[in-house]
Amino acid sequence: MSEIEETLKRIQSHKGVVGTIVVNAQGIPIRTTLDNSTTLQYTALLRQITILARGTVRDIDPQNDLTFLRMRSKKHEVMVGVDKDFLFVVVQAPSE
Amino acid sequence: MTGKGSPKAGAKGSASRPKSSSSAGSAKSSKSAKGKPKPSAGKKEEAAPPASECAPPEDIFPLVLTSKTQELFQCRADEDLTQENPYKLLRKEDILLDIKTRGVVSDFQPFKQLVLDYPEEEILLVYDRDFKYGNNFYLVGSEEKKEQILHPPEASTQEEEEEAQEAPYKPPESKIWISLGSEVEIEDESVKDHRQKICFKISRIRREFGAPVKFSDHSAVKEKENYAECPSYPDKTFNIKQMEKNAGIQAIPMLVEASTQTKWKYPKNACTQYSAQEFSDEEKQKLFTSKSLKDFINSVSIRFEIALQQNEIMNAFIDDWKVLGEEESSFGGKSDTHLKEYQSFTDLHFSKNKAVSFVNWHPSIPGIIAVAVTEKYSFEERINFSAKLLLTHALILIWSFSDPIHPQLLLECPDDVYCFEFCPSDPSIIVGGCMNGQIALWDISPHMERLQSTRTGGGKHAPAKATSLPGFEDPHANDTPVMRYCAVSSIEGGHKAPVTDVQWLPDYYEVSRLGTPVENSSGMCLQIMTCSPDCTVFIWDVRTPKAPLTQMTDRKKAEEKRLDILHEIPDTFKHLDLTWKPLIKVALPKLDGGGEYSPMKFSLVDSHRDTWMHGSVDKFHPKTEKLEGGIDYATLRVPSAKNLKGQSDVSTKFSLGTEDGELVYADWKMEKDNDTGKLSSSKPSNCFVIHDGLLNTVQRSPFLKDIVLTVGGWTFAIWKEDIMSGPLLQSCCSQKRCTVGHWSISRPGVFFIGKEDGSIDIWDLLEKTHEPSQTQNICTAPITCIKPWIMSSRQHLLAVSDEQGTVYILEIPWTIRHPSNNEKTSVSNYFEREVKHLEYFEARKLFREKEKREMEADEQKRKTEAVPPEKTTEQLEMERKTEYEEYLEMEKKILIQVGILQEAEEPLPAV
Repeated sequence: MSEIEETLKRIQSHKGVVGTIVVNAQGIPIRTTLDNSTTLQYTALLRQITILARGTVRDIDPQNDLTFLRMRSKKHEVMVGVDKDFLFVVVQAPSE
Repeated sequence: MTGKGSPKAGAKGSASRPKSSSSAGSAKSSKSAKGKPKPSAGKKEEAAPPASECAPPEDIFPLVLTSKTQELFQCRADEDLTQENPYKLLRKEDILLDIKTRGVVSDFQPFKQLVLDYPEEEILLVYDRDFKYGNNFYLVGSEEKKEQILHPPEASTQEEEEEAQEAPYKPPESKIWISLGSEVEIEDESVKDHRQKICFKISRIRREFGAPVKFSDHSAVKEKENYAECPSYPDKTFNIKQMEKNAGIQAIPMLVEASTQTKWKYPKNACTQYSAQEFSDEEKQKLFTSKSLKDFINSVSIRFEIALQQNEIMNAFIDDWKVLGEEESSFGGKSDTHLKEYQSFTDLHFSKNKAVSFVNWHPSIPGIIAVAVTEKYSFEERINFSAKLLLTHALILIWSFSDPIHPQLLLECPDDVYCFEFCPSDPSIIVGGCMNGQIALWDISPHMERLQSTRTGGGKHAPAKATSLPGFEDPHANDTPVMRYCAVSSIEGGHKAPVTDVQWLPDYYEVSRLGTPVENSSGMCLQIMTCSPDCTVFIWDVRTPKAPLTQMTDRKKAEEKRLDILHEIPDTFKHLDLTWKPLIKVALPKLDGGGEYSPMKFSLVDSHRDTWMHGSVDKFHPKTEKLEGGIDYATLRVPSAKNLKGQSDVSTKFSLGTEDGELVYADWKMEKDNDTGKLSSSKPSNCFVIHDGLLNTVQRSPFLKDIVLTVGGWTFAIWKEDIMSGPLLQSCCSQKRCTVGHWSISRPGVFFIGKEDGSIDIWDLLEKTHEPSQTQNICTAPITCIKPWIMSSRQHLLAVSDEQGTVYILEIPWTIRHPSNNEKTSVSNYFEREVKHLEYFEARKLFREKEKREMEADEQKRKTEAVPPEKTTEQLEMERKTEYEEYLEMEKKILIQVGILQEAEEPLPAV
């Protein structure tokens, strides 16, 4: 368990990271460093787009699967690591 | 027998002719060819209607005779036997003989029996030219037939001959009429009289004959007697059943109009409320410790770290092209680099021959500028002209862009004002510091409307005219209104020397009575900091002090003063008038030795002024809801120090420039001195003597909070607050005194310096640091104040005032007002480099000192050492010779190694 904590802490302490969220398969957050309302919003929206992205990848090649999704906006970059059971979300503000 | 031939042909009928001709036509062709037409000819013959022409009769035997046989019997075709004479009687015996002699070859062989049976002696052979019976000859087998052929044609010819003759004429004989029943019809058709004819006899008298006749009109229709009519009438008994009806039919598509009425559904707002699913804490813990999560995190974190690092390293989505392009565009386009004069304000009445001491833009109304004018007298002159001075009031003129000749408002001051400021949170309050050490407050809210309307340029004095009655007009209605100050500070409690700088403290903190920064609950600027060369810095509060001491005497004075008010003044600050004392007094003892610093200008670290000043009108948000209600300063009270929360993040430091050209870093925070129980401020932390005259500007950069510009004497300097070793940049002495300086509010690396000769230097730190990037002469008198302002994104203005009472409004061109890309970072980098430079310089200084010391030590050592013995000249020569020989050896070796000189050669002769 401490391993997980360590990893999470390491990622959280990267330069520019605004917050991290660990979400389960149904979209219920397990661990988060952001406030509750923001977390719920992020999980709901990102889950939808992850499902869509995964569907796209698998439509093109059924043997393929989505592993990582990066969305860059003007202010932030949202990264989602995808697994069968979990989602890991990191929001980073670019260094400039 | 020509007659026989032709009748025969005729008896047989013409029908056979075409067929026989066709068979005759092919008679001369080869026998094989005969075979083909023959059967057809034979068929045609058989199909012929005449009964006589069927299959060859019984007694006719067609046969073929070869040419040899024809010669033998002299029946050659077309020679002995021709068409006209086709008969030949052949002797029976001859035929039999031929049969015997030639045997099978004989043509008569098949007919041997016939010939034998033939009763007569001679058989008739007929040349069948037309192949009637299929061959070119035929035998007639019976006597009768022979006779028939030879003889009967004579009878038929006879008949024909008879017929050919003209028959004698016989007249037609009348025959008995045979009735066929046509008499009845004839009888029917004939017309007979049935009745006896009636006979009429008409007579007339003779004399009436020939009488004149008179004709007249007579209508035939009028009298019914003249005519008989048979009108038609519907016969009731008439009834015909219409057996036949004529009807037309057209097919068209059926057009049906139909409509339905739907149930109208109106949109209704519906919503559902849900709450997101969340895990309880135990569930979270459980999940957190699960193995699957651990694996997942381990596998995924690597990717994340790579991605995060990538983002840290550089921004992958920067459009380099676009970024590059922006810099280019500003380079060669706008060639105009001079400050263009936009407008200038001067008043012949009020500001002639007076010096403008301070200029300020109105923070919320664009186009309004306030100008403080002062007399240009020296101290002695003032004493001499004191009587005159008492009569004339010192003024602050408020100008509007719409009217460059008449000022919009005049503010009356107790004495010449050297500096004044608009209140950031309430722009109708102005505080000014006067020459006599007092500070004055003005409230121009009654005239705010006027100022705002004049900005739009409409109706200068129209309202006055409209409402005034003729004859009762106020002769001063069109004059500029004069407004008196609403409050002045107490004379004893204030400064003892002219107030040279006044600033509002920002609205996010306030200073308590104990001298510590505390939270400002009201959100308004209520406190003022002033400094004066009497070595004091005061902090004032516009609210009523908690425990006003010596109320009575001061109040009386106030009431007395109130009596001779000519104009109405708002009583916003009535509670302060003449009783106003500073909240805190900050003393500035000198760092080294006795005495105190005499501040001219100061700059707070946490100052509101720079932040809102470099914004434009849009960015300034006065708290409107409070303004409308009118801030009743009288009711506000300075809160008790106990109730206030301390604010620790507010820096209480400030830097100030003194009369002696020093820059001092001080702290106004008051500490309680444990021994005496008095509140006292700490000593200033640093002091730098750089300038050779009094400092007239100490200003923080609007972009970088710790960079300070100081202008004084003939130089200016740029400082960084934390660096105590010296200025980052110090200009060289200019030709003329620098009278004032100001940072540009749109570009971090640009600032303006005003000179004694009326010119402005524009310095651009990114361009050149050893001289100004531009110099421009504005006027002839020394410049006293520079204030930039942003009217709109396209118009940046610079207000420049001089010592002759004129304020020039200049337009800043594009090149000077538009910052280049990343200018702020470039400028901050520049300053950092300078800092490093300074540090390096310090380090080198130390190093040099050390080095110097070491050198001195060395020298000392050398002096004390013993001098080594001298060598004789012979010894020296010997030494030299051996050295040279060694050298030659070495040279030889090297040359051999290199290959230039080869071994076993004669050695070079010694030189």
